[in-house]
Amino acid sequence: MLATLAFWAFSGVLIASAFMVVIARNPVRSVLFLILAFFSAAGLFVLLGAEFLAMLLIVVYVGAVAVLFLFVVMMLDVNFTELKQGFLSYLPLGAIVALILAGELVMIAMTWQTSPQAEALRAAATPEGMSNLEALGLILYNDYIYFFQTSGLVLLVAMIGAIVLTLRHKSGVKRQSVTAQVGRRREEAIEMLDIKPGQGIGE
Amino acid sequence: MADFITQFGIWGGLGMAVLQILGFTIVLLIALAFLLLMDRKVWAAVQMRKGPNVVGAFGLLQSFADFFKFVFKEIVIPAGVDRPLYILAPLLTLVLAFATWAVVPVAPGWVISDLNVGLLYLFAMSSLGVYGIIIGGWASNSKFPFLAALRSAAQMVSYEVSIGFVIVTVLLFAGSMNLTVIVEAQSGGFWNWNVLAGRALFEDGWPMFLVMIPMTVIFFISALAETNRPPFDLAEAESELVAGYQTEYSSTPYLLFMIGEYLNIVLMCAMTTILFFGGWNSPIELDTTAWPYLASHLWYFFWFAIKVVFFFFMFAMVKALVPRYRYDQLMRLGWKIFLPTSLAAVALVGAYIVFGAQG
Amino acid sequence: MGRIEQTIRGALLMDFWSAFGLGMKYFFAKKATLNYPFEKGPLSPRFRGQHALRRYANGEERCIACKLCEAICPAQAITIEAEPREDGSRRTTRYDIDMTKCIYCGYCQEACPVDAIVEGPNFEFAVETREELYYDKAKLLANGDRWEREIAKNLELDAPYR
Repeated sequence: MLATLAFWAFSGVLIASAFMVVIARNPVRSVLFLILAFFSAAGLFVLLGAEFLAMLLIVVYVGAVAVLFLFVVMMLDVNFTELKQGFLSYLPLGAIVALILAGELVMIAMTWQTSPQAEALRAAATPEGMSNLEALGLILYNDYIYFFQTSGLVLLVAMIGAIVLTLRHKSGVKRQSVTAQVGRRREEAIEMLDIKPGQGIGE
Repeated sequence: MADFITQFGIWGGLGMAVLQILGFTIVLLIALAFLLLMDRKVWAAVQMRKGPNVVGAFGLLQSFADFFKFVFKEIVIPAGVDRPLYILAPLLTLVLAFATWAVVPVAPGWVISDLNVGLLYLFAMSSLGVYGIIIGGWASNSKFPFLAALRSAAQMVSYEVSIGFVIVTVLLFAGSMNLTVIVEAQSGGFWNWNVLAGRALFEDGWPMFLVMIPMTVIFFISALAETNRPPFDLAEAESELVAGYQTEYSSTPYLLFMIGEYLNIVLMCAMTTILFFGGWNSPIELDTTAWPYLASHLWYFFWFAIKVVFFFFMFAMVKALVPRYRYDQLMRLGWKIFLPTSLAAVALVGAYIVFGAQG
Repeated sequence: MGRIEQTIRGALLMDFWSAFGLGMKYFFAKKATLNYPFEKGPLSPRFRGQHALRRYANGEERCIACKLCEAICPAQAITIEAEPREDGSRRTTRYDIDMTKCIYCGYCQEACPVDAIVEGPNFEFAVETREELYYDKAKLLANGDRWEREIAKNLELDAPYR
């Protein structure tokens, strides 16, 4: 009973907050509602018994990606109320597109057929006596290791690309060398002088 | 909780859980009051001051006096703030800080929820701590808090990465994300604690302490950055940003921020203890199987508490001794030093697990 | 210093440990703090605190209403009105000091030919309302009576240097 209650609570919050993401006037609030949606989805994962996926969702999406979203949205200096002023005039067109999409979804759902093997796989998602973290690791690093490594390579290429695009070495710019700053010792920085009265430093 | 439900039925189980949480919370808050005083006393002592010493004997009740001062003050909500978010931010900080403690085992079996992915849960919850700061800084609708929010967002996201990798090394040693299992894997004497990794040395001849001691240091320093403690308190640098994200906060909301922040600090001390210093294990293992239940558990709890207090002392000493980092120095330390080092350590520990470890 | 040595020092947190040693040294050192309301620091005899009007040993007030203090006061904090008393001696009928204006420069006590107005050693005269800081003659004389011993001692100690 508790699980059912929790399911309805999480899914209700998830849908409501997803809705709020779209209609919130303030983009920062949109992102915050998005975070709430992620969070509820993580809750649903826990209910499914996929606690590792739930935590991963929180760590990656809520803890890092959404922070960057917030970062970007906060820095934007755009008047969003102005931007949304033409919202109503586009409503009929948008409604038609949404209806068509919804209709297609319903059609797909009605003709959906699940193969028996898939059904069996779904029932035995986690092998007995194993946490789903271990199960996931076994599949990922045994069966699909090459795909895993390839996707890692793709990400690496993307990262290198981003760095190549943005990293510039301008000549004639004085840069700070933190290593040199941190490596400075007392003996190099301080000179003790015994200055006689009336003589000055003598330079 | 599941065993409670089978024992007492649903409502009885829920009641037991609530009682446990309540007990944990109260003990934690009272301990926090004295740790806060200790923080101030240590800081004062290093500066040759006496620190708070008027309220109660040796100032022991200072934190309670401060508590009442904060609570009885008027809550000032400045004009132009985003009211719901402005109120939400300190609440979020506090709730997340408390929620994290749900998986911390303080003695054998003394844990609210013995989660299978406890370590990941801790990591996730502490990574959420940044939201209290970001939301608070943004909702204040003021320059300094906003700058602080941006700073701390970048800072916490950066240091989470290295914390994550350090956690992976521990995880590889224990072979589990369950905190209780991680602690139990370190039993048998102080040389078995993860910081020294004695099993690897004595049984397999791999000097893994060369890896784990730096990992401990990296974890501790990252913990400082993750909790916005000096020398990484750029989010509330009083010489630059007034009070950072807390500038527009007063009275109870400020108090909530403060409690949340200190809870996170104590949590990081507890995490250092659990991950690297054997959790509740005593330095020299005694056979406590014949002891009464309460005595043996209090014995283990005593060791846990004493280690946490020691690391809290180190937190306070660092605050007293080290000057604040500049922002670019902070980023350099996180990305250019900690990240490669911890990444290399993960590879080394992985190599040990695959090639060196027996069984 | 070589990069390698620097790296090793950094990795071993050498700088932090030396600072830690220093910190622990002062941790157990004698504290510089005074428990203020119970312990107080030393005060110079020349300390310029709360004002007082003094009396002679026979109880006669010293002030002869020469108004030198009023004239010299740079903050114009002193107000004096005077007329002859029944016995013909010249005395003040009003002697007010606005302590909110006073800058504690001590010119009034320098100017006074009879050591009547002095700045005593008392610095704990905070009050809750502004009105209480407008001192009148009665208040100043009361201060004088209260602090006479300390004031006389200080004047005596400072006399060789005047």
